[in-house]
Amino acid sequence: MSGIPHDHYEPKTNGEKWLNSRLPIVGLLYDTLMIPTPKNLNWWWIWGIVLAFCLALQIVTGIVLVMHYTPHVDLAFASIEHIMRNVNGGYMLRYLHMNGASLFFVAVYIHIFRGLFYGSYKAPREITWIIGMLIYLCMMGTAFMGYVLPWGQMSFWGATVITGLFGAIPFIGDAIQTWLLGGPAVDNATLNRFFSLHYLLPFVIAALVIVHIWAFHTTGNNNPTGVEVRRGSKAEAEKDTLPFWPYFVIKDLFALAVILVVFWAVVGFMPNYLGHPDNYIEANPLVTPAHIVPEWYFLPFYAILRAFTGEVWVVQFASFITGGIVDAKFFGVLAMFGAILAMALAPWLDTSTVRSGKYRPMFKWWFYLLVIDFFALMWLGAMPAEEPYATFSLIASAYWFAYFFVILPILGVIEKPEAQPETIEEDFNAHYGKADADATPAE
Amino acid sequence: MFKKLAIGAAFALALAPASTFAAGGGEQHIEDFDFSFEGPFGTYDQNQLQRGLQIYTEVCAACHGLKYVPLRTLSDPDGVGMPEDQVRAYAAGNFEVFDPELDDFRPAIPTDHFPANTAAGAPDLSLMAKARAGFHGPYGLGINQLVKGMGGAEYIASLLHGYTGHEKEEAGAVLYENTAFPGGWISMAPPLFDEQVEFADGHENTVEAMAQDVAAFLMWTAEPKMMGRKNAGFVGVIFLSVLSVLLYLVNKRLWAPHKGKIRKD
Repeated sequence: MSGIPHDHYEPKTNGEKWLNSRLPIVGLLYDTLMIPTPKNLNWWWIWGIVLAFCLALQIVTGIVLVMHYTPHVDLAFASIEHIMRNVNGGYMLRYLHMNGASLFFVAVYIHIFRGLFYGSYKAPREITWIIGMLIYLCMMGTAFMGYVLPWGQMSFWGATVITGLFGAIPFIGDAIQTWLLGGPAVDNATLNRFFSLHYLLPFVIAALVIVHIWAFHTTGNNNPTGVEVRRGSKAEAEKDTLPFWPYFVIKDLFALAVILVVFWAVVGFMPNYLGHPDNYIEANPLVTPAHIVPEWYFLPFYAILRAFTGEVWVVQFASFITGGIVDAKFFGVLAMFGAILAMALAPWLDTSTVRSGKYRPMFKWWFYLLVIDFFALMWLGAMPAEEPYATFSLIASAYWFAYFFVILPILGVIEKPEAQPETIEEDFNAHYGKADADATPAE
Repeated sequence: MFKKLAIGAAFALALAPASTFAAGGGEQHIEDFDFSFEGPFGTYDQNQLQRGLQIYTEVCAACHGLKYVPLRTLSDPDGVGMPEDQVRAYAAGNFEVFDPELDDFRPAIPTDHFPANTAAGAPDLSLMAKARAGFHGPYGLGINQLVKGMGGAEYIASLLHGYTGHEKEEAGAVLYENTAFPGGWISMAPPLFDEQVEFADGHENTVEAMAQDVAAFLMWTAEPKMMGRKNAGFVGVIFLSVLSVLLYLVNKRLWAPHKGKIRKD
């Protein structure tokens, strides 16, 4: 499947030949597992496995939780308590599912930032990147709807605020919001459709993950140097790569086990740390919580949404030239989705011919600043909408857009990149020394 | 929806002046009590839970329900640990529930839940210890919860003995000043006073001691499976740590032929 030359599956026995001529599934799995992988991949490359694990964990725990959950406004909250109190191991299932969502987002953010630093989005991997962004969008939709299902106060009010974003669309917003909610306000119809979609979307994600893997198995993995694997011959390619199984499977599983130690400790010892206490109060449409705060993984984009108030000149200007169609509320919504779109457009905004940030002396610092900016936005998203947080949010949001739309295009032109290694083999040997096995093949 | 937010904000603002006068600085004062169930090794103190149950039954139950808590769970060995025959007697002796089959009230049995109680407009207490966070710092990050716990039980205990003795009348309702309550004024009259509940073993029954006992009991009603959870936590952490070590060794061995003797400078 990959463009890198390597051994393919050859059916040997009659039985294998029989199956292979009818359904070449063993060959497909063999080629997928044995894909030549750049041998210099560092520890930032382990998060793909973590993400695959998270998806499996969420689907498995989710399917069992559904067996005990009741999607009805009068019963949902009590059915969660039923799971927590009466179902065998139900409290672990539910806490694993709750915190599994957080692990999922920790992993996806590191995975995305790894791609941003090492230029994984650049040609020829644009499709992999775009599909990744679609997966991320589906994850956000799934997580948001899942958070509504326990029908606590934050569930209800979070749903009210977020679906309200669609109401900000000019002219058709109210109609769209009503259509999404299945009525004029968040109610039983909303809960039911969110439940249905929360069950559906993970399988959409699973399908997208397969396409994601297919895409990068076609182009080959990126690697910390950004230098492509040599593809002239199998022998040449083998100097740069090792097969995914067993080398990277074992490496990734080791990393996964270490991460799961931490994850399990969180689930076992402080499962509610990342949750909001208000979600242990049953939803009440008549009582608004003092602060409506989304889950931590939405906070950076929530901060961008809130940053653009009617007092910001950009917003006033946008409002003026559109004759008031783009008001502050709609501008905020556009900014929030624009912030994600900016990431998706990175392959075309980055003009540098050098892939890896390791060899880009100026880019590095702007990138580190983007990481800091991301955490700053996350913190600001949890703060009340008042000074000085409003100004900070605006500055941090502005940097997010500036990074993608100004800094990335300009850097490629003005930056003088450092020397890159000729081959992956050279980089690998510089780190680990030349292996004796490779050095004396004749003996 | 922003209209609703605005109403919420206005509501919060309207409450704000009251809180500014509370506790001198407008900040809620939550005392960091040392509960036995805090931290990974913490366990419930069964005697304390039983005292808490007694306080709940004699005092709180007059107004507050525990509708999510099945009475039978009082015999859970990881919780209150009451013998089953005592649970039967306790249920029958203290609560009446409406039975639709009889179309009448009957004494509660262990398979019933604690009754809901909405008579005085008091909130249900089943999950109260998880529905309040006592600690948010530093800078709103909540990281201090790692060592202190979420602080729900602390909030309840602080609230129960946070009354200053001042009261005021507002819109026909009497409000009592309380240093732990957000806004500083609560409509619940001070529920506990010294020596209100007599414990069979003669345990200390000051307001402060009782406040902690009933807070611990409410932590149990909110998180009855805490011990099972921490147990699973230890088993999982130990198992996964061993697995990590094994995988580390396998990985090292696997890669060794492809790496030279470490010459990393």
